[in-house]
Parts: sequence; structure tokens; C-alpha cells
Amino acid sequence: MTGDRKIGLQPEPFIFELSAPGRVGYSLPPLDVPDCELAECLPAASLRSVPPALPEVSELDVIRHFTRLSRVQHGVDVGFYPLGSCTMKYNPKVNEEAASLPGLAGVHPYFPEEIVQGALAILYHMERYLCEIGGVSRVSLQPAAGAHGEMAGLLMFRAYHEDRGEHRTRILIPDSAHGTNPASAVVCGYETVEVPSDSRGGVDIEALRGAMGPDVAGLMLTNPNTLGLFDENMHRIAAIVHEAGGLLYYDGANANATMGIARPGDTGFDVVHFNLHKTFATPHGGGGPGSGPIGAVEKLAPYLPTPLADFDGRRYRLVWDRPQSIGRVKAFYGNFLVVVKAYAYIRTMGGEGLVRVSEDAVLSANYLMRKLAEHFHVPYDRLCKHEFVASGSWQKERHNVRTFDIAKRLLDYGFHPPTVYFPLIVPECLMVEPTETESLQTLDAFAQAMADIADEAAADPEVVRTAPHTTPVKRLDEALASRKPIVRWQRGL
Amino acid sequence: MGFQHRYLPHTDEDRQVMLEALGLRSVGELFADVPDAVRFRGKLDIPPAMSELELMRHLAGLTRGNGNVDEYTCFRGAGAYDHFIPSAVKHITGRAEFYTAYTPYQPEVSQAVLQSIFEYQTLICELTGMDVANASMYDGATAAAEAAIISSYALSGRRRVVVSSALHPEYRETLRTYARGPKLEVVEVPYEEGVTPVDRLQRMVDEETACVIVQQPNFFGCIEDMAALGEVARAAGAHFVACVDPVSLGIMKPPGEYGADFVVGEGQGLGVPLGFGGPYLGFFAATSRLIRRMPGRIAGVTVDAEGTRGFVLTLQTREQHIRREKATSNICSNEALCALAATVHLCILGKQGIREVAEHSLKKAHYAQRGLAEAGYRPRFAAPFFKEFAVRSPVAVERVNQSLLADKIVGGAELGRWYPELADSLLIAVTEKRTRQDIDRLISRMEGSR
Repeated sequence: MTGDRKIGLQPEPFIFELSAPGRVGYSLPPLDVPDCELAECLPAASLRSVPPALPEVSELDVIRHFTRLSRVQHGVDVGFYPLGSCTMKYNPKVNEEAASLPGLAGVHPYFPEEIVQGALAILYHMERYLCEIGGVSRVSLQPAAGAHGEMAGLLMFRAYHEDRGEHRTRILIPDSAHGTNPASAVVCGYETVEVPSDSRGGVDIEALRGAMGPDVAGLMLTNPNTLGLFDENMHRIAAIVHEAGGLLYYDGANANATMGIARPGDTGFDVVHFNLHKTFATPHGGGGPGSGPIGAVEKLAPYLPTPLADFDGRRYRLVWDRPQSIGRVKAFYGNFLVVVKAYAYIRTMGGEGLVRVSEDAVLSANYLMRKLAEHFHVPYDRLCKHEFVASGSWQKERHNVRTFDIAKRLLDYGFHPPTVYFPLIVPECLMVEPTETESLQTLDAFAQAMADIADEAAADPEVVRTAPHTTPVKRLDEALASRKPIVRWQRGL
Repeated sequence: MGFQHRYLPHTDEDRQVMLEALGLRSVGELFADVPDAVRFRGKLDIPPAMSELELMRHLAGLTRGNGNVDEYTCFRGAGAYDHFIPSAVKHITGRAEFYTAYTPYQPEVSQAVLQSIFEYQTLICELTGMDVANASMYDGATAAAEAAIISSYALSGRRRVVVSSALHPEYRETLRTYARGPKLEVVEVPYEEGVTPVDRLQRMVDEETACVIVQQPNFFGCIEDMAALGEVARAAGAHFVACVDPVSLGIMKPPGEYGADFVVGEGQGLGVPLGFGGPYLGFFAATSRLIRRMPGRIAGVTVDAEGTRGFVLTLQTREQHIRREKATSNICSNEALCALAATVHLCILGKQGIREVAEHSLKKAHYAQRGLAEAGYRPRFAAPFFKEFAVRSPVAVERVNQSLLADKIVGGAELGRWYPELADSLLIAVTEKRTRQDIDRLISRMEGSR
């Protein structure tokens, strides 16, 4: 990928450093209405005295700056990106075209309903598809990301219990959970209780039983979990939580493993979120935008965020009148153009294709796990689903080479490393999710790179400990950045 | 088997090779760990796969009936604006190195995303006059809500949020939803004459107030007396949260100059398409003393092992993936690509362009307001305004808009939807994209509706 060392020699300047007074990159048509002084329209106290110091650059300056920067960036289109729990699958190009159609990209959210029927149709049908995949009765497309869906879902738990006159203050979360789970529980006003995993990597049933009680609002669960393991006791877990009056929340980060195979709504979950930017192939954009639709089984559906899209057989419309709703979680109707891309993906795959997606994702992960097990410790030796965890613990014990070093060394081989040091319950963790869109050749090449690094760790550990060697910048000092935070450009930086 | 899809590279032969390596006979065996009790036995009721050609035909058909801002002349704003987007923006955000990247947790191969976030933070600080900005929030509404929650955490014991009723109605609704968790009390100051009354605010703010949230220009487009309103908050020891239109900051006073503690707002007007409401981006800026309270990602400068300058995500101990239940917010995914669009947009506009966009929008809006007043649509409020204003309609607003629509004009937002007492009023937005001809046509058609 980005092995071009010449780029690395000269860091790209800041756009502000390219600025020259009077240079422009933009022009407007001449003002065609009568001119006036600003002070005639606005109170003097509301006007700014100094213009904002935006850069004065040409269009080419801007294009070249960001294009040159982009050459040192890894992305799915550049190379393999096996980040566990992130589902970095291929982002189909036609979906980008779909979201650029003027009849979608150029639609104002407050256009009258009669001229947005096509957009509403997408919302409506997308909800039906997600209901089908999730095994739930209704879905709100409003949340902007997975964590946003979690927040909405837990507020729904709260509203549900309150309607029953129950005061439940705690949320149970397995020790293998994503960091957003406890953070979301807290922003929703809950205390969190950690539930340990058993030796097979699933929820410890006895511990769960012990933790349940009349003060527990529910359990948040990722299934398959972040170890890539489907919880074999799923139905028991659901029964234990439900019998004690609790609810089950499904973190959909790992839904890529089970489409058409096990639907969360059928397996006992009450509220589920989907990550359209994972399972449904919409791009991650360097951190976002995502989309985190939230679904609910019938008894929780009245609490979903508003609005929802309905169809009366003739016209689509947005429905606001849902008195038990927790309300809206953002302005407008969600990250609509992301929903459009996911809609395009679902229509492109079809029902049969989605099942094949999960089958291939699971097959690839198991194959890669088997290959990596030749050189790395694999702590849970059982079938994995779409991802698995390996550990650099052998390399650490034998050669004092850490997982951190292995990850950095992978960069020299042109691969993005897996998720590292997560889940927290596996020391020196490497969490690998190949996805179904990577070919056998790519999987083999990655396995070979990992094997080579394992050999290097034994034969020449220093080369691993000091990696990366070929990237535009070498290991970066994160502690310095945190100790003396410089978070904006200023002259002389 | 025999199903070969263009996004799925495994052939039947590949699958066979992999199954053999695993000592399995069929793909079905891979799911032996899924208990029968939870197994889905049906077939997903989703239409069959489409080719690319079929998909684009399907979408073209579906969206043909959708109005869009190329086809309709848009005078609707209310939080989403039809500003011009230079082509350079889409060419950069369309680069797959940017849009197919994940969050930059491996900085050595993510310098493009990190440096562009850093430049975005700088641009937001320049516009707002603040010390620090994060890498983005979901949108303006959630940015305002998070500022309220953080104010309550930062000022312990203060659980009341005082908000102007002239803040965008959907932002207030979002705030109420967010307030359910930490059980914050949300109190509204009713607007008077289109603006937030300082004396009334004074009576509602006390030592239990965590923050005061005011929008500038407010939802009605009117200019608030931010210095006086901010002073009320400060005098009570509460945070002052300014929710601003970034385009207005080309000419209007940066909130840092009137003492805002947090500056938030909707960044859609900076190069992000209307897209039926999203994805947009919330910007979030603060004074330096609040840096460790900030939600979301922040990029910072550092050096690598050889002393070369580089960028990393910094102050991560605030965030959920490190702090878990002690994080300042649960945000993880943000709106990075929209923030990149805003970055490119602001760089293209530059120092002069941002001012020109603001000035043209302001002057065209004032031209439209004068013309409409002469046509019998009197200003609803006397307060000065920026690019949006409310008018009182002498006839039913639905009728006015219905007849405009027939002429391919989307008229002002009907304010009665959010404010029953303003059922006779329209909120009209005018950006730099509207020509004098567009505005004259609006005026004459509205005159004709009387």
C-alpha cells in the first residue's frame, strides 16, 4: 500500500501554510439584488470585527493538499482491513451513486410529503427489510450510529419499566462487551454490573442468575460476542432475564455472522440495533457517518423514537403520533443517505445473498483462525462465527514481542492490523474479522504475513519491536500528544 | 451452490478448499453451535438479488417523483439550507482512501484522516473563536444535547437546563430525550417578539442551572442579544451554550467573543448535501478549560520515533473505548466524512468566500423580506435577521405553499407545525443560490395567492 517513502520524507504542510493574502478558490455570481451596508441590516454589536482566518488558497492548492494526504491513508479500497467487530467489508461503488441521485441527495427534509414519496418509500421498505432480518416488529431508522441506537434502546427499556411502575436501576453487561455498552447505560442513567464469561467464552450462566434481580432493567448482549462466539446458552440467558422481569438488548455490531441463520428477535431479544456501516456495507468514512437503526419486538415497539414511516396502500407518510415514544434522538429522520446505501446493498444481495454473506464470513473466519493457530495462541478452540480472537501471548512470553509490535509490523506487510487489546478479557488480544468480501488469496497472504512475523519475532525480534519501518511516519508518541495537547494549528507550529 | 455474487469472491471450489482445511463437509456444520431453539428455519422475505443495472433503474424509478433543489426553487430552511457546494468538495470526499477508512486508531497509516480532522478542528476554532473543537458529533441537535449533559457533569449538583423556545424545535425535543437518562430538568424561556427576553431569562436562571442554550441566529432567523443573555448565565455560574449557524460566522461575531463556554451547531451548510435530513454533522467547540470534558474524538499533534511531526487521536481517556462506564459521552462513530466535506468547503471558500456567502445570503434575504412586505406579507417579528425571516400570511399558509408548489417553488416552512400561535406564519430562508429572478417570482406568486 503506502510504501512510497518519498511521501514520508516531507510531511504534508498544513493547508494554512499554503495561504497567500488575496488568493481565492471560490467565486459567486455578482450580487444581483440592491447592495446595502451590513450595519443597516444587523446590529453593530452582532458583527465580527476581524474576519475568520480561513486559508486563502486556490482550488488546486486544496485539491492537491487533500489528494496528497490521501496517498498515505489505508482504506478498504487500498488493502485488507481485518478489524474485529468493525466489519470492514467492501463498500460497493453503485451504492455511492445511489446516494448521489438528485432525487435523494437534493431533497430538503421539510419538503412537503407529496414530493418526497420516493424517499419515504425507501424508509418504509428499509424498515420492513430490517424487521425481517432482525425478527422484530418495528424499526426506527433515526439513530445515527450504533452507540446512538444503544442509547435509544436503553431509554426504551426505561420507559417500558416506568410504564409498569417498576424502578429498575441496573444494566448487566458481559465482560467481553464493547465500550459503548457501559457508556450508553450510564448516559441513560443506569448503573452497570459486569457479568463474567465462562471458560467457553459465553455468558457465565450461574453468574447471570446471581446478578439478576428486581432492580435489573436488562442485559446488553452482543451475539456472536466479541470473541466471535455464538452463545450456546442463548435461550437460557433469555429465559433467566425475562423471568426476572428484565429485557434483552442486542448489540448488532456482529450481525454479519447470522443473517437468515438466527434472528435476534426470535432468540429472545426485545430491542436490537443494526450497524448499517458494518453489516450492510456502507462506508465508515474515516469514523462516520454510520447509521444505527433500532428495532423492537411488539411490546417494546410503542417506545421507538419518532417519526416512523407508514404506507396506507396509496401514499407514504411520516407518523409522529406515538404517545409512548421516547421522542426523537436527533433532528430529522436519521442518516438518510446512509440508509439509502444500505437499502441498495440489501436489494443487491437479496435474501439468499444475505444468508450467503453470513456463511462466507463465518467460513473465512474459521479458515483464517485455523491458519493463524499454527503460530499464535487461539484461546477459544471451538467454531467461531464471523470473527475470532488470537493472542500474541506466546510471542510475548518467548520473545518479548507484544501484540502492539505485531500490529505495527503488519503495516509493513501492507495489511491493516486486527483490533488489538480488545476484548479486554484476552491478554495480548488480536481480534480478527476478515469479512466475506475478501478472497482466499487475500486470506492466505495475510496468514503468511502473520506466520512471517511469528518467525521474525523469534529470529529478529528487534525488527518487530521497532516496526513499522515503511510507513510515512514511524511509531507516534501518543503520550506526548496527551500530555501537551495541541489540537489546533497556530502560526509557528 | 451455484450462486456466484459479484461482491462475494469465494467460488464453490474455494469453499471446498476451506472446508477441507477445517475438516468439515458442509458450510452448515459451521453453525452447529447455534442451538436449534434459536435457529431461524424460514427463508428471509426479501426480494431476490438485483444486478447493478436493475438497481439503478429501480432507484431512478423510485426517485423520479422526488422533488429536489435542482428542480424546485427552495425557500425552505429551518435548520437545513440549500447553500452552494463547490465541486471540489465531492471530489475529495469521493476519494476512497478517505471514505473507506475506519476511525484512525492505527495512526501510522491514517495520517490523512488525522491531519484533516486537525485542520477541521482549527477551522471550527477560527470560525467560532473558541480554543478547542472535536472531530464532530451526529448533528446540531445532539451536539446541543451533549453540551447540556456535560455542563451538568462539569458543574456538579446543577441539573437544570434553561433553553430558549427560539431554539430549533427538533433540537429541544432531542434535548428532552437526552435529558431522560441523567434526569435533567429542561425549562424553556418563551420567546417574545421573536427573540429570547433577557429579563425573563434572568428570572429562570439560578444556582441549580447547569447551562443556558440560545441559538444565534435563532430558529426564526432573528438576531439575539448574545452578550446580555450570556451574562445572565455567567452571573449565575452556569455555562452558556451558543448554537450557531456556521455560515453566519462569515460576518457575525464569533461566540468566543461574547463568552460562550460551548459552541455547537449544525454544519450541514458547509458543503453537505440536504439528503432528506442526513447525514449532517454537529460541530462542538469549547474553551480550553473544558478540553478534558469534551465528548468525542480529538486529533492532536505529536512526533514519531524519528522526530517527524505526525497526528494521533488524543485525550482518549475521555472516551468510551477506554473509560467505558466513566466516559464523558457514549459517542463512538461520528460524522467524519461530513467533517471532511466541511473542511474542504471552508478551505475552498477561504477568508473572502465565507464572508461573501454570508453577505449574499443576508442581502438576498433582506431583498426578499422587503418585497414580500410590499406584497402584503408583513414581517412577523421586528427583530433584525440574517438569512431567514418569518412573515405573517394574509391567507392560509397551506394555500400559499400549495400554489407555489404548482410553480415548482417550495415556499417557507409553516411555523404552526411547531408553534401553534404562529399558524399564520411562514419561515422563509434565502441563500446565496437564489437569484433575484427566483425571489421576484416568489414574491409575485405569493402576491397572486392573496
